[in-house]
Amino acid sequence: MAQTAKKQDQTTGGFEHHPLDDLLRTDRIPHIWCPGCGIGPTFSATLRGILASGVDLGSTVMVSGIGCSGRAAGYVKLDSYHTTHGRAIPFATGMKLANPKLNVVVFSGDGDLFAIGGNHFIHAARRNMDLTVICVNNLNYGMTGGQAAATTPHMAKTTTTPKGNPERPFNLPLLAFAAGATFVARWTVLHGRDLMESVQAAMTRRGFSFIEVLAPCPINYGRRNKELPLVTLRNYQVNTIIKNEASPAELAASGSGPIVLGRFVDENRESFLSQYDKTYRPQLAPAGKE
Amino acid sequence: MNYWRVPLDAEVIPLTRGQVHVVEDRCKGCGYCIAYCPKKVLAPSEHYNKKGYHPPLVAKPADCVNCHYCESICPEFAIFSVEIPCSPDADRKDAA
Amino acid sequence: MPPVVLTGEHYMTGDEAIAEGAIAAGCRFFGGYPITPATEVAERMAHRLPGVGGVFIQMEDEIAAMASIIGASCAGVKAMTSTSGPGFSLMMENLGLAAITETPCVVVNVQRAGPSTGLPTQGAQGDMMQARWGSHGDYSLIALAPSTAQEAFHETIRAFNLAEKYRVPVLVMTDEVVGHMSERVVIPEASKLNVIERVKARGRKDRYRPFEPGENGVPPMAAAGEGYCVHVTGLTHDERGYPVMTAECQESMQTRLFAKIERNLDDIALTRGFFLDDAEIVLVSYGVSVRTCRAAMEEARALGYKVGLLQLLTVWPFPEEAVRALAGRVKAFITVEINLGQISLEVERLAAGLAPCFLAGHCGGTLISPDAVVEAVKRALKPGGKQ
Ligand code: SF4
Ligand code: SF4
Ligand code: SF4
Repeated sequence: MAQTAKKQDQTTGGFEHHPLDDLLRTDRIPHIWCPGCGIGPTFSATLRGILASGVDLGSTVMVSGIGCSGRAAGYVKLDSYHTTHGRAIPFATGMKLANPKLNVVVFSGDGDLFAIGGNHFIHAARRNMDLTVICVNNLNYGMTGGQAAATTPHMAKTTTTPKGNPERPFNLPLLAFAAGATFVARWTVLHGRDLMESVQAAMTRRGFSFIEVLAPCPINYGRRNKELPLVTLRNYQVNTIIKNEASPAELAASGSGPIVLGRFVDENRESFLSQYDKTYRPQLAPAGKE
Repeated sequence: MNYWRVPLDAEVIPLTRGQVHVVEDRCKGCGYCIAYCPKKVLAPSEHYNKKGYHPPLVAKPADCVNCHYCESICPEFAIFSVEIPCSPDADRKDAA
Repeated sequence: MPPVVLTGEHYMTGDEAIAEGAIAAGCRFFGGYPITPATEVAERMAHRLPGVGGVFIQMEDEIAAMASIIGASCAGVKAMTSTSGPGFSLMMENLGLAAITETPCVVVNVQRAGPSTGLPTQGAQGDMMQARWGSHGDYSLIALAPSTAQEAFHETIRAFNLAEKYRVPVLVMTDEVVGHMSERVVIPEASKLNVIERVKARGRKDRYRPFEPGENGVPPMAAAGEGYCVHVTGLTHDERGYPVMTAECQESMQTRLFAKIERNLDDIALTRGFFLDDAEIVLVSYGVSVRTCRAAMEEARALGYKVGLLQLLTVWPFPEEAVRALAGRVKAFITVEINLGQISLEVERLAAGLAPCFLAGHCGGTLISPDAVVEAVKRALKPGGKQ
């Protein structure tokens, strides 16, 4: 009885309408992500950023690859495409070029975007393709049970690096910047508001925007590296420093010293579509809206 | 109040008040909202939801300042706050 | 602005004719990657598409090219890519995505001799089974095989029509010889061309189910940005497009993916017969080898052999009825193809022991000579003759 009463207290009179419910396929919630998984808060900030940007939701699309993060496309109430492993970016590229009116968001994981999909990532960045790419970086392959990724810190334990990772991870913002991304930011799941604002900014600009989000994978990464989820979050809190416009070369996410967060790159360079239209389709110029 | 970094104007800006709602059956009991609520509004609970998790208990509802942090950190879309329109003579002492 | 349909008589290569066929069919997106002997398709598209309001993009590899055309098609635009052996292998992954998501698209394979890098500049027909089964899992698709530049033009239009009508990837399986040979191509007036558009989603947006079959078992399609809020996934899915990880859902989805092709064989499986009425020996062939067969047939007939030819314009789904109908009354089938026996296996399956089956084929790098086919005819007619 007491429980029922308690429950009543906490609800809005029976029907609880979360502010993001209109953007969720609520018939598919709860989602498949593990308790404490960082994909949820990243996804939620992404949705808030999309809403805040004021873009037309009817022409906003989410494209995902494969992996835990790739499932996001299945939960968003937008036109959404859950593609093949690593191929979200070229799929999204085709979609954006075929209908430039679409706002195309790629939401996927580090394994998907930077190992199997690394080639696509750098080329889309180089072209300054009109896409917003959000990468949930949880330092490993979660969906397949916690294998080493291109982002796994040196000496971290995963199922495929049982004695520690002999490799060196990517510095994702540096990679994105070097490849030509014109907007680069990095946040953690604790920085929901900053993340939301970066998504909002990315949605309303042209060209290739990249946002890395450090997010815990407590089940597969945390467990093997003796990191309880709240410890990971604590790390994001005490071991980070916000330095907008920091040089991307100084952004290695592991090693000694704090992890640098912020908006590092926000540069105006003509996007692929405006270059293409100018060069090849001058006849479309007046309507050449992206 | 527990700030990460105390805002310079913390003394002069009046805090808003919020009502926090928990969509209990969505909760997976990660405890993030409890750990990160700056006002310690939320607390662990004993009871189970449909899926067998312990959703947070709204222990001090009147203390909620509608900062939405719980909403932001929750991986499950299971908690959110709405602003309580504050009348000029709202009992701010109680809330703060 | 250049016209969309280049009505008139032209002297052009098969690759160029494919590009013109695509544009005439309404293709407005091409994602490509250079590869011999298919590069000329991409080059022509790069040149032609922007002028008709389309987009050409050269992607970073064939995996990306294939992904990009599926994305473009999901945005509501007819889309194509072209490649050859090595690139075709890379496209297999996303070909499966197009099949399971029922995304119309056209993939041209200008075949060269393989495996691996093989003979990049020399023709073969060795990718025919890969065309059918190259992506993992069970699925159905359509593959056409033009034998001349003129056919390349028309079959590319037909490829788009079938892709849009049945929401399926369609392959144009041509070869280096057809692709690179220049010959006469007559392009009719636009009004004389039959161009089919996909059935679009209509009606109440909240009631739309993206994979609920309509007529012919094909679901009407909503493009991104049309307000239908679709979810499309490469996972096994139900009619709402939502993933459902059960054997039952797998079965109902797969069954329909196959049925929409199988039930419409009459519309899809196109063949052409030459001298079949009195034929004792039937050559079965497709693509450039049809040209070999036509010469061989004349030669053989001059020698008094009653030889006919069954040309497969559609190779997949295999035109089963056409072979079955002949099996009871001919003395032998000879499949003529530039490989060591691929489509010949299908012919054998359908002849079902009613007629002996032979192969006139080789490893690729050159055409099969008409003489070799005539020799095969002679051997087939010898009692107990073996290829
Ligand atoms: S395995 Fe890791 S990344 Fe995947 S849902 Fe679980 S916690 Fe999240
Ligand atoms: S809105 Fe802020 S103060 Fe209110 S419960 Fe949530 S975290 Fe605590
Ligand atoms: S953050 Fe969300 S899922 Fe975690 S305990 Fe709080 S309400 Fe439950």
